[in-house]
Amino acid sequence: MKFRYLPMTEQDREEMLKVIGVEKMDDLFADIPEKIRFKGELKLEEALDETSLVKEMSRLANKNIHIKEYPSFLGAGVYEHYIPSVVNHMLLRSEFYTAYTPYQPEISQGELQAIFEFQTMVCELTGMDIANSSMYDGPTALAEAAMMSAGHTKKKTILVSKTVHPEAREVLKTSAKGQNLTVVEVDEQNGVTDLEQLSTLYNDDVASVIVQYPNFFGNIEDLAAVEKIVHQGKALFIVSANPLSLGILQPPGRFGADVVVGDIQPFGIPTQLGGPHCGYFAVTKKLMRKVPGRLVGQTTDDKGKRGFVLTLQAREQHIRREKATSNICSNQALNALAASIALSALGKRGVKEIALQNIRKAHYAKEQLRKHNIEIVYDSPQFNEFVIRLPKAVRDVNKELLTHNIIGGYDLSRYYPEKEQLMLVAVTELRSKEEIDQFAAVLGGVK
Amino acid sequence: MKIHDQPLIFEISKQGRIGYSLPELDVPETDVSDLLPDAFIRDEEPELPEVSELQIVRHYTALSRRNHGVDSGFYPLGSCTMKYNPKINEDVARYPGFAHLHPYQEEATIQGALELMFKLQQSLEEITGMDQVTLQPAAGAHGEWTGLMLIRAFHEANGDHHRTKVIVPDSAHGTNPASATVAGFEAVTVRSNEKGLVDLDHLREVVGGDTAALMLTNPNTLGLFEEQIVEMANIVHEAGGKLYYDGANSNAILGITRPGDMGFDVVHLNLHKTFTTPHGGGGPGSGPVGVKKDLIPYLPKPVVVKDGDAYRFDYDIPESIGRVKPYYGNFGINVRAYTYIRTMGPAGLKKVSEYAVLNANYMFRRLAPYYDAPYMRHCKHEFVLSGKRQKKLGVRTLDIAKRLLDFGYHPPTIYFPLNVEECLMIEPTETESKETLDEFIEAMIQIAKEAEENPEIVQEAPHQTVIDRLDETTAARKPILRYSKEVQ
Repeated sequence: MKFRYLPMTEQDREEMLKVIGVEKMDDLFADIPEKIRFKGELKLEEALDETSLVKEMSRLANKNIHIKEYPSFLGAGVYEHYIPSVVNHMLLRSEFYTAYTPYQPEISQGELQAIFEFQTMVCELTGMDIANSSMYDGPTALAEAAMMSAGHTKKKTILVSKTVHPEAREVLKTSAKGQNLTVVEVDEQNGVTDLEQLSTLYNDDVASVIVQYPNFFGNIEDLAAVEKIVHQGKALFIVSANPLSLGILQPPGRFGADVVVGDIQPFGIPTQLGGPHCGYFAVTKKLMRKVPGRLVGQTTDDKGKRGFVLTLQAREQHIRREKATSNICSNQALNALAASIALSALGKRGVKEIALQNIRKAHYAKEQLRKHNIEIVYDSPQFNEFVIRLPKAVRDVNKELLTHNIIGGYDLSRYYPEKEQLMLVAVTELRSKEEIDQFAAVLGGVK
Repeated sequence: MKIHDQPLIFEISKQGRIGYSLPELDVPETDVSDLLPDAFIRDEEPELPEVSELQIVRHYTALSRRNHGVDSGFYPLGSCTMKYNPKINEDVARYPGFAHLHPYQEEATIQGALELMFKLQQSLEEITGMDQVTLQPAAGAHGEWTGLMLIRAFHEANGDHHRTKVIVPDSAHGTNPASATVAGFEAVTVRSNEKGLVDLDHLREVVGGDTAALMLTNPNTLGLFEEQIVEMANIVHEAGGKLYYDGANSNAILGITRPGDMGFDVVHLNLHKTFTTPHGGGGPGSGPVGVKKDLIPYLPKPVVVKDGDAYRFDYDIPESIGRVKPYYGNFGINVRAYTYIRTMGPAGLKKVSEYAVLNANYMFRRLAPYYDAPYMRHCKHEFVLSGKRQKKLGVRTLDIAKRLLDFGYHPPTIYFPLNVEECLMIEPTETESKETLDEFIEAMIQIAKEAEENPEIVQEAPHQTVIDRLDETTAARKPILRYSKEVQ
């Protein structure tokens, strides 16, 4: 069988073997001991021609129900938003997606400049001084922030609110184990961090305090009050923020956050079953040399022309080896590019407008649900998510919603067993009034 | 006045321009101050660009033209496997049934995605000879750390708390020791011998009761197969340690030999190297991890299992190391890798490795007369040259790399591995034609001649790029990491 990705002809092969000075292909593998040579053929499905491949991959894709078919009220850390067409078109410029990390700046100025612009946009959104070129996703960025805080403060305890995304806390705990750090969870009180307990738990061994903004239940944490507690001592204040909410919410930088992390997925990145998304990582100036991952900086060439390079690499694993404090190499550069393009398209005005539509539509949804006698559980200020109480288990309600071609919200009992019958609902700019009305009506009818 | 021949997006911004289209708000336009307390309302807008759609297109098109990808030209970057990224993979990953799935949808609504993940797990198990694969890790480094955490959990479950050391060859990539540190181990270096392979005597010296694992890339970073891998596995296993396979170089071994059969206990693969998913200018990648039976109990949650005709996530892994990534890994990347595996099938994958190795040996043989070849024997998918001879003429390997830019090539990996002086590490991959290889070889020969006859042309390279060599020292001493009106 011939393969379209393999250009060598038989004649090429013979000529090349001759130059090398061997008779057959197999001679090139003579250094692999016979005992561990793989005999026969791998038990994999046979190769598919392109037409059959499309058919098979379409079969798999069509077995799924996707959120462009059915209106969805799922959020919980992953959000479906408007993505301007221009984003995908620019991403498909293959000079971007088929390139490696820009280690050769002379032929990577495009990527380097795009990342420099990304870093700037993240700083603007979060109100921070410095942002890196991206991390794998929000939760691993959060875990890296915690590891960085321990390295910076030489302290061993991380305080994290239970209102932080449960999967982020799980990733944090796995990472902390590697570094022998202790993670202590702070309870919630009425859907926000219990500040009294935070005060009690705070001590000299605390490296950082982590809260989420808006938190996992959609409630907006009182960052000013948290900051006062955190900065009693040397601990760092880490805030995980939904970047879209920052179109309307006061950014964490203004509340004295030392580190702001999160996932930039709401800008230009499809949900894709949860990955790849794109973590962002922003800090104050004093932490510049502690930041994990790659940083792009501006400089000049010998003619004085502006250019961009990867910089402050002395922090990174390929230089520091076992002394490195993070092992991250590849990040999510292409998704950072997607976010930059989306943020350019939306711009100053669009980011605010989308944020406003989200908060207004969520507010409208709450009003409609109340009209149908559905309880809105928390009375804190909220952005585009909130929690409702249902008369029966969320998974059963979601099954019922699915029969109306609606994908319901997130079942909070998945991670909070005591929150039986509580659903976390996300309402974005993509949900029309009609869809919200129907959602409320169906839920109102649930017995 | 500074010369800015490519403006930043912020520099073409003009108040009042937009590049988006949102529907009119169809719900009441509630006043924000009725929804949020004043303290939470942003009082200073983020300075994001205000540009039209065509301006965006021109801007990013211009940036793309200042970037070199595999589609632009040959990219023989050693250890990075810069092979062709098939277009069909990009199409498939964008099918709405893959791109627009929410991770918290009911399992019944994502059966196709689960089937794909399950089959990809199975395929990678077969390719690596391992018993179970997790698709969660986001990248190679993330896979390394995950694998080491699994090994740590295994030793701890056996009460082996004194196994604190991870052995890494001196030729290893810096990520290996960094991952060991981040997983809470101490990295110990084992020397290479004069053949470029792990020095077995030294390995015996450093292995002991405190050994948690040996991390190895095979073929190693010199492109050489560690022929004594079976003996090495015995040495480590007899001491109670585990063997970790860094799959960065697995493009050389598909269908030819398997880490599981070599004696490895844990493997990670870089799907963005061997399995054609694009590097993206530095990610997103995907770094699945495979393990042998005795490590399965510690795998991160969840794994995909098949019950009858249905697929589901299994969270019931009581001894799991926990979660290493939210949701289920980089699904969109895994879709591309699976598409590739289905494109090639078992016979095709074996051909991939054969041609990757043929191409590398051909180039090695033809270039060896012009540069120093510290390890002259059959290589696998890549090989190293040394620019020692050129250095004596005043031409450094960095200069050679920069001169290659003038010929339209991305240079090889340079100054790595660290145990080769003035190193050039070349990996052609199997997707390049003989003509491309020959042209590159001719360019390398010409540069070797220039080093003798006209070294300035090499030392002052590049001559053809949009920008000259950049001042990296100032960039690091006085970092400018974001745009601001004042600085520009």
